[in-house]
Amino acid sequence: MTESQVPDVILAEHIVKSFGAVIALRDVSLHLMKGEILGLLGDNGAGKSTLIKILTGFIQPDEGRIFVNGEEVKLRSVTHARSLGIETVYQDLALVNELSVYHNMFLKRELILKPLPLLNNGSMREQARQHLEKMRIDIPSVDTVVAKLSGGQRQAIAIARAVYSQAKILLLDEPLAAMGAKEGSRILDLIRNLKATGEVSMIMIAHNYAQVLEICDRVNLLQHGSIALDKRVTDTSLEELNELVMREYRLGATNPQ
Amino acid sequence: MAKNVLPSAAAQQAEPEKAKGRRAFWSNLAGIFLRRREASIILVTIALVIYFQASNQNFLTQTNIRTISQFVAATAIIAAGEVMLLICGEIDLSVGSVFALVPFIMYFTNQGGLPLWVGIIFGLLVAAGVGLFNGLITVLLKVPSFITTLGTLFLLNGLTLTISNGFPVLTPQVGALNQVFGNSPYSEIIWAIAIAIIMQIVLSYTRWGLHTVATGGNLLGASESGVNVKRVKIGNFMLCSLFGGFAGTLEAFRITSIDPGAGGAGIMFMAVAGAVIGGTSLMGGLGTIVGAFLGVLVLSILNDGFTLLGVSAFTFDLILGAAILIAMILNVRLQLLREAGRQ
Repeated sequence: MTESQVPDVILAEHIVKSFGAVIALRDVSLHLMKGEILGLLGDNGAGKSTLIKILTGFIQPDEGRIFVNGEEVKLRSVTHARSLGIETVYQDLALVNELSVYHNMFLKRELILKPLPLLNNGSMREQARQHLEKMRIDIPSVDTVVAKLSGGQRQAIAIARAVYSQAKILLLDEPLAAMGAKEGSRILDLIRNLKATGEVSMIMIAHNYAQVLEICDRVNLLQHGSIALDKRVTDTSLEELNELVMREYRLGATNPQ
Repeated sequence: MAKNVLPSAAAQQAEPEKAKGRRAFWSNLAGIFLRRREASIILVTIALVIYFQASNQNFLTQTNIRTISQFVAATAIIAAGEVMLLICGEIDLSVGSVFALVPFIMYFTNQGGLPLWVGIIFGLLVAAGVGLFNGLITVLLKVPSFITTLGTLFLLNGLTLTISNGFPVLTPQVGALNQVFGNSPYSEIIWAIAIAIIMQIVLSYTRWGLHTVATGGNLLGASESGVNVKRVKIGNFMLCSLFGGFAGTLEAFRITSIDPGAGGAGIMFMAVAGAVIGGTSLMGGLGTIVGAFLGVLVLSILNDGFTLLGVSAFTFDLILGAAILIAMILNVRLQLLREAGRQ
């Protein structure tokens, strides 16, 4: 299949967003094809988070159009984006340390023992266990409180929760930020397994270029509020990415704002 | 941390079954006392009962048990609401003023010609209204709850003194209603126990309880997950205030008079102290209703026991202060131990 035949699950055209006098996104066009992993690179303040927040419905763009599965949409809220199958795994993971793994996985979609308004802990525990097993996520027990898990395990739980809610488009905000190399590689495995199902398309914000080249199909580099590079990982290299970023640094050094 | 999880699990499997069972027993027992704060408070309670009974034979008489139950009941009811609020990350300092105001609302409604039960309901509605007011100011106007409720503490106290002219009144008598709502010997403590059980179930086994913990544990995360954290907070403000008003109503029926100086900051701080001794965190996310009930019980036993021993009220405050400090230092130490256990 050639690239043009794969449908876009997300297509954003000419997105502009400013906060007061600060222009966060100048003119961003980006697309995500079904089943692919798109790496989103860029320096701090390049606009990555703003872009993710727009795609997740958390903030609205000033200009530009967004298409989800070919249909133009105005993403009004996180709930609206979620109803279209867009889930975000935030950097803070949105997990509650004091609650067990299965309560976290079912937070806001709890199963209830009808007709009583009581939590159906048995079912939630069992379903969480099966789901984590299916995703090959290794934790001591679903009863463990999240506070006792490592950074990698928490990240895995957060991703599992997003996938469990039938997410088709997953936005991962620095999924490898809070962990060491060994844990990071387990998360990369998890993301790879997800990709292998063919069900989920992902945009991944990352800082570590080596990891991006390892796992992503395509990279976009955001610089000064617009996309400075859009290439398949096979067509680019660590050197090229580094060179682009170094050039920006040199510009910044000679031309301070 | 994760690295250790797997090897230790593997090591346990390699161990012979018997040794594993023995070790599991001791580590479970230690685990219960490390994890379940309630267990250590029950130990303290039993130790205090033994000590006071040994020093004074009157301690475990029916009359004295009833006295202790009266010490416990109103404060424990307030503590139940305060725990919910503390868990979701807020505090209500005004609940003692609601305690004093609500019986007057009931009294004046009744004086106005309406039946007493209407007065009770009207009083409780006012209590919930105060909670709503506290909640809206805190959540929508983003005033810290400590400040909001400090304001309503004085405001409501002034209101109570104004409408009562500073004089106590006699609680209206209609018989059965009085008996049910605090006048019959153990009615107040039965209410307190029932409320503690129901609220513990609400906290542990309902969506509301789960969202309360989530709101206090990770405010941003809970709202990113879709929890309506504003509603959770406002709801718990109303609950806390409602329990304050209800406790005040019960006390009015028990004592058969309504005192504008009743409750106040004293009963509120007792409830908060009981909650904290019972393991509720002032930082939110952690706590149990049962723990708070036991915490209030310990404080009440101390209060009653020292009174029987002839220790003055001045000394009681000394001991109460020391007890809170020691309980909190232990709490922090245990927390460190728990965290060490996770490594």
